[in-house]
Amino acid sequence: MKNSILSILVVACAVIGSVQVASAAGDAKTPRQMDWSFSGPFGTYDKAALQRGFLVFKSVCASCHSLDLIAFRNLEALGYEEGQIKNIAAEYTVMDGPNDEGDMFERPARPSDYFPSPFANTAAAKYANNGAYPPDLSLITKARKDGANYVYSLLTGYKDAPEYVQLMSGQHYNPYMAGGVIAMAAPLSDDQVAYEDETPTTADQYAKDVVQFLNWAAEPEMEARKRMGVKVLFFLSIFALVMYGVKRKIWHDVH
Amino acid sequence: MAGGQREKFDNPVVEWVDSRLPVFTLMQKEYGVFPTPRNFNYFWNFGAIAMFMLVTMIVTGITLAMQYTADTTLAFNSVEGIMRDVNYGWLIRYIHMNGASFFFIAVYIHIFRGMYYGSYKQPRELLWILGVVIFLLMMATAFMGYVLPWGQMSYWGATVITNLFSAIPLVGDDIVTLLWGGFSVDNPTLKRFFALHYLLPFVIFAVVFLHVWALHVTGSNNPTGVEPKGKQDTLPFHPYYTMKDTFGLIVFVIIYAAFVFFMPNALGHPDNYIPADPLVTPAHIVPEWYFLPFYAILRAITFDIGIPFTDIALIEAKLGGVIAMFGAIVLLLIMPWLDTHPVRSARYRPWYKKALLVFVFGVVVLGYAGSQPADKVYWQTCIGSEAACSASDDHHGVATDTAHTGDDHAKPEKAPMVLKFDNTMLAQIFTIYYYVFFLVILPLLSRKEKALPIPKSLHEAVLAKAKASAAK
Repeated sequence: MKNSILSILVVACAVIGSVQVASAAGDAKTPRQMDWSFSGPFGTYDKAALQRGFLVFKSVCASCHSLDLIAFRNLEALGYEEGQIKNIAAEYTVMDGPNDEGDMFERPARPSDYFPSPFANTAAAKYANNGAYPPDLSLITKARKDGANYVYSLLTGYKDAPEYVQLMSGQHYNPYMAGGVIAMAAPLSDDQVAYEDETPTTADQYAKDVVQFLNWAAEPEMEARKRMGVKVLFFLSIFALVMYGVKRKIWHDVH
Repeated sequence: MAGGQREKFDNPVVEWVDSRLPVFTLMQKEYGVFPTPRNFNYFWNFGAIAMFMLVTMIVTGITLAMQYTADTTLAFNSVEGIMRDVNYGWLIRYIHMNGASFFFIAVYIHIFRGMYYGSYKQPRELLWILGVVIFLLMMATAFMGYVLPWGQMSYWGATVITNLFSAIPLVGDDIVTLLWGGFSVDNPTLKRFFALHYLLPFVIFAVVFLHVWALHVTGSNNPTGVEPKGKQDTLPFHPYYTMKDTFGLIVFVIIYAAFVFFMPNALGHPDNYIPADPLVTPAHIVPEWYFLPFYAILRAITFDIGIPFTDIALIEAKLGGVIAMFGAIVLLLIMPWLDTHPVRSARYRPWYKKALLVFVFGVVVLGYAGSQPADKVYWQTCIGSEAACSASDDHHGVATDTAHTGDDHAKPEKAPMVLKFDNTMLAQIFTIYYYVFFLVILPLLSRKEKALPIPKSLHEAVLAKAKASAAK
């Protein structure tokens, strides 16, 4: 019996092991492995980092990148109060309508509105960015392999291009990007965004905070998921032990 | 089914129903006292586990369908809506998404068990064939399900796989148009895939019913492959196997839950979180992991098959690949007639056992090959001077590039010979073994292999095992 359990495990491992080998486009450098507060089975988001990350996103990333899947109301998860969210939303203008007279009109955003895109459409975004389309960031950490580490490495990994890489105007060198060439210029520099707390205002810190924020944007359910997972696994483990006992008892007279 | 004699039930309500429609008698007969070989090992849990997965997939799938929108402009965001705004939508979607993988894990182990212990042999050939039909239906269902979120891999996977059918002579293009509902993968494709993805699980359910019915006619095989000869060889299904199956199922669900809650995207591809874009092709288009061995076989046929010494191609490479891939499943279907050895279990067939384990290894390697780019080079060497080789190598990565600069004039007159071993060759080797296993090894062993002595009865086998473990 031990043998057969072992063989099942071996087969299962072989199946799972053969799995996760896909992707890795081009010859991008492997991202730096960081220790995030949200990694691991008990990992959670750091609310202060989320708020700082949101600030960085709002004042830097958002000038080119959209965040289509996030509404202002979702910011509650970052620890903002209802009033604060109303104020944040009101900083943005959205198109609404038609009104009673059939006209479209602009109004300040409300918590139920989604983040407005910086460009009217994809073509406009490309036109403004040398033909390169700044991708939507709502799912970016899930849409790249090893997403959080990748985004962090990319943001902090800009370098002068080696001799054999020919850059055209509007192109930049980043070894973490597949192919090494990226249209986005290094977006973060020291003292670019003022923090309200004592956190150092370095490019590295900005990158860490914005990754925290983007990971939340991609997986807002993560904390609830892990909390439930711990309970589910605890329950199932006890259940398995009980069932093993039941099985042993019932089979006692057969063996 | 259970007309004729019927034992009375004590409970008057049960008795009232049963005397009019004997469902309780049926359950009692097929799942209560059903005589089951007493020597099952844990491999025999995976039928029940697969059944559990099928039900899980249907329940979560129907729930997801309540919120999903099958329209190319809305599908991606409707899935994200489920993830973000539907109460516990993320839970249901992750259960469903990982459920597909775990359904395949259960079914692959179930198939392996059938092969190892000879469960496909007479009199269970039809039972086996129904199983392969379920496997085929599962593949179709899983493929169409993967298209529904309308991410990059959904779109490009659908494009690559549906295009395969264009290799069929004469009617190929018409079939592809029919699959697409137009002239490219687009809104009609998504809509019909959704409709079929909703339909097929119920077809699977019906075939599973036949599968279980056929099982209950022949009875189960067991690790010795020796048929039970009487009461001393069997146990009633309940409580012995209901409880053993429940224990095994929970262990399986623990692993499943670990994926759902802690690494829900580990088995998927990140590109599917990018909305489908017909204008941007992903760097590597790979199917879901459970298709990778078959995908490797498909890509292994890189040559036309034609009349020697002429340019006439009878079977073009593309068609050859499709034939090889579907052939790999047809071989499973006819396995009962390829292996006609009188002994069932690999326990008593040392050569078959070795060949089968190499086969499993080969399928895993094929899976790996399927996940890698076709032109990936594992090993290469140069015959001739080193310099000649490095100059002829055009696929340098960023790092190996330095030796190359500015020596265009140094091109050698004679092209150097480069011996290399690439991913296509790896896939070809194990594709050949896949076919050789079924078409050469199985028929050969059927005639030549001398089996070890098999136990006279299950009872004897169980007693011998108990004695051996007591002696330890």
